Amino acid sequence: MTDYMRRDRSWHPPAYTPGYKTSVLRSPKCALLSLDQGPAEKSGPVFKADMLHELDNDLIRNYAAATGAEGEAIGERIIVHGRVMDETGRAVPRTLLEVWQANAGGRYRHRNDRYLAPLDPNFGGCGRCMSDDDGRYFFRTIKPGPYPWPNHGSDWRPAHIHVSVFGEAFAQRLITQLYFEGDPLIPLCPIVRTIRDDRAIEQLVAKLDMGEMRSFDCLVYRFDIVLRGRQQTFFENRPEGM
Amino acid sequence: MPVTYLKETPSQTAGPYVHIGLLPAQAGLAMRHNEALNVIAAEGERIIIEGIVHDGIGTPVRDALLELWQPDARGELGTKGLWGRAGADPETGLYRFETIRPPALPWRNGQSQAPHCSLLIFARGINIHLHTRMYFPEDAALHATDPALQRVDSPARRSTLVATRQGPGHYRFDIRLQGENETVFFDM
Repeated sequence: MTDYMRRDRSWHPPAYTPGYKTSVLRSPKCALLSLDQGPAEKSGPVFKADMLHELDNDLIRNYAAATGAEGEAIGERIIVHGRVMDETGRAVPRTLLEVWQANAGGRYRHRNDRYLAPLDPNFGGCGRCMSDDDGRYFFRTIKPGPYPWPNHGSDWRPAHIHVSVFGEAFAQRLITQLYFEGDPLIPLCPIVRTIRDDRAIEQLVAKLDMGEMRSFDCLVYRFDIVLRGRQQTFFENRPEGM
Repeated sequence: MPVTYLKETPSQTAGPYVHIGLLPAQAGLAMRHNEALNVIAAEGERIIIEGIVHDGIGTPVRDALLELWQPDARGELGTKGLWGRAGADPETGLYRFETIRPPALPWRNGQSQAPHCSLLIFARGINIHLHTRMYFPEDAALHATDPALQRVDSPARRSTLVATRQGPGHYRFDIRLQGENETVFFDM
């Protein structure tokens, strides 16, 4: 089994980003220890599609349905879809995606969120789906609202959905956030701005996909996800030094 | 111009509400998947791993989330590998896994790695997850040849990767994100 390409840490946000104050005491000071990958880094949990429930990828309906009700969440109805691939463009099939988000008013259903916007009785904000054989995935939800948070006084988060992806190996594990095209809060956000390269930020912005729009039902956004790529096998018996 | 590849999607913090998506029961959410992901059912010698993630001034990171990955008792990974997820206790910061003792793993050039569990740490304020390992205190002889531990120059830093034994099959593994006795984190 070949190795994954090295992670380009200059593309990811660094650990210490004082504009995002919580990172100040939660960022290691020592350099990360670079080490070759072994079997535990080149493998990861394998989830089966049959663990998913029918409505796991439908955040508009899944919360009410979990309690046996039939209500739908309030907000702009959207479908998010895209392809999970690796740095070489190869599809990452049958990988688990987990998503979570605030409701249309910008409030999370979480004991620590005390924002004054109301909870939506029909919205939990938790969903899951799995990519298909071609790496494609989709889920349906409502567009989350922006919300204030304490950082420099009241900063505002742009509308966003948290996205967790496993890939095929622990080395590919990734958690990120999806933003929406045209949101003027994106360039103002201290968490977005932990990323130094504007092209990397652009990768986190889902694009309005009018070609896939569902008439008189919902808008569609496209969000492709790229995980680390795997090197090719050139020589089976190549010397492998430390 | 060198060959170009697609760029990996950049990471963002999992944030304070990570439980909604990854541990809905801990968020108090009535969803249909409320499994206790920190209890790993597998054959082998049952063990408990507990600890606290501390920030740079020693405060417990009470919104941390950890993921564990290790081989089963026969050393198998892939579809047989053991995976778990635990949230820090919202009051005390204590996380807990119930799993089995992993065996040694092979490495390159016919070497082997001392038994260990791989751990990823996610939290508000952590922009890209941190990757560490927990080794077992009984395996000191194997630690002397373990390729990861041998790369850590300072014996004090090496000890940040070894759990302490609380009792039979009961281990304590605290993680320090920053500062004195900062845990070794890997880029692999």
